[in-house]
Amino acid sequence: MTEDPRLILLDPRDNVLVVRARIRAGDVLAVEDASVPAEKDVPLAHKLARRDIRAGEKILKYGAPVGVATADIPAGAHVHVHNVRSDYTPTYTLDSQKGDAA
Amino acid sequence: MTMQGWLRSDGRKGIRNAVAVAYLVECAHHVAREIALPLREDGVHVIGFPGCYPNDYAQRMMEGLCTHPNVGAVLLVSLGCESFNKYGLERVVRASGRPVKTLTIQATGGTRASIAEGRAWVAERKAELDAMPTVDMRVDELVVGTVCGGSDGTSGITGNPAAGRAFDLLVKAGAACIFEETGELIGCEHIMASRAITPELGLVLEESVAKAAKYYATLGYGSFAAGNADGGLSTIEEKSMGAYAKSGASPISGLLKPGDVPPRGGLYLLDVVPDGEVRFGFPNINDNAEIAELIACGAHAVYFVTGRGSVVGSAISPVVKICANPETYRRMSDDMDVDAGRILEGKATLDEVGREIFDLTVGLGRGGRTRSEELGHQEFILTYKSFEPIGPSCLPAVA
Repeated sequence: MTEDPRLILLDPRDNVLVVRARIRAGDVLAVEDASVPAEKDVPLAHKLARRDIRAGEKILKYGAPVGVATADIPAGAHVHVHNVRSDYTPTYTLDSQKGDAA
Repeated sequence: MTMQGWLRSDGRKGIRNAVAVAYLVECAHHVAREIALPLREDGVHVIGFPGCYPNDYAQRMMEGLCTHPNVGAVLLVSLGCESFNKYGLERVVRASGRPVKTLTIQATGGTRASIAEGRAWVAERKAELDAMPTVDMRVDELVVGTVCGGSDGTSGITGNPAAGRAFDLLVKAGAACIFEETGELIGCEHIMASRAITPELGLVLEESVAKAAKYYATLGYGSFAAGNADGGLSTIEEKSMGAYAKSGASPISGLLKPGDVPPRGGLYLLDVVPDGEVRFGFPNINDNAEIAELIACGAHAVYFVTGRGSVVGSAISPVVKICANPETYRRMSDDMDVDAGRILEGKATLDEVGREIFDLTVGLGRGGRTRSEELGHQEFILTYKSFEPIGPSCLPAVA
């Protein structure tokens, strides 16, 4: 069980933790038994890997599969559209369009 | 716990006593809006259908909305040459005992004359409605819907499960509650089906989600906006798991399609995805399309859970905005009725916020108004769709 108050484990089966308060790059996170520095800023309600996740593994949140890892994801890393895909329909984002506008 | 409502001839009661001004083609929209303008802040609401081609779904939606318990009188605004069956709609409204008039712009002499005649009629009806006595109304006479929009990673943790707790309290008190958006239940179909009150209904629930998955796959997009990803949601099935929490934990009593009114209390799924081949585009072009469909099913009020921060309300029925994200709440608190983000910060429990939402709902029948009502929001949209009628296993037997 994570003890880090900035992270929530929604279901004991999950391999991700949900960020409950903004994380800054370099913050040291207590993920399971390890201490991991945050690789980048992570906004509220995004997900971090609870343990090492291999490419092809299901992402489990609420105890249910919510997608598949498209790359190996180390414990503590940001789990999102860059390393997860849907089993149903592709996820649409404006990330490639933002440029200087964001 | 007693509320005050306005009794309609079909036995249903409204928590609002609005005049609906309904345009029957976009060409009549401006005139309808101008007719409503002087009393816009005083319970005169504009609804309508923009298309010039007839559509059974739109006809049924307009019938459901114009005879909604929150509506006391109806002015239909026709250009004159559109194909909408205004005669049929007027007959349905008249049969419901409500005052109704069809104003045809081409026959009345154009914009100016139509606005003047329409405003005079609306003002007279409004005065009559204001003098209409109220009656006691119980919680088991309520119909409440729920949607989520502008969802983010907080929605499924705070706002949606809190709305679900409020639904559990309402269903326990005998009310009818409707959740919806089968396109946002993709991935939850088996868990959901296991909550159906009959095995036959369970199959119908699974089929409705399979239909949604196929429909969205054909269109090439899931029911997922770019902002959902900014808010931490990575896939449609992750969004679905969060959205599903709005349904609470009650058994599922039936499946409705837009315009079907729940026959008794209990929890219902509203299937908003059209039947048959893919036609007319996206099933839910925006949140207000879904809100209008819930209201056409008789919803007196609609819960709207938002993480990113939606500001919308609706014509006809109040929209209760439940803000899931504490950062959004701090930025947009004027627009929000409930601060469910407190749950994330450890300042409130799901049960406490669920009870707060329930109490606020009952308060709407005792003079309470929502933030979106106070701010004058009356969004409304209705577009083309096609549905088959619901099958025999969709509704519970009525004792």
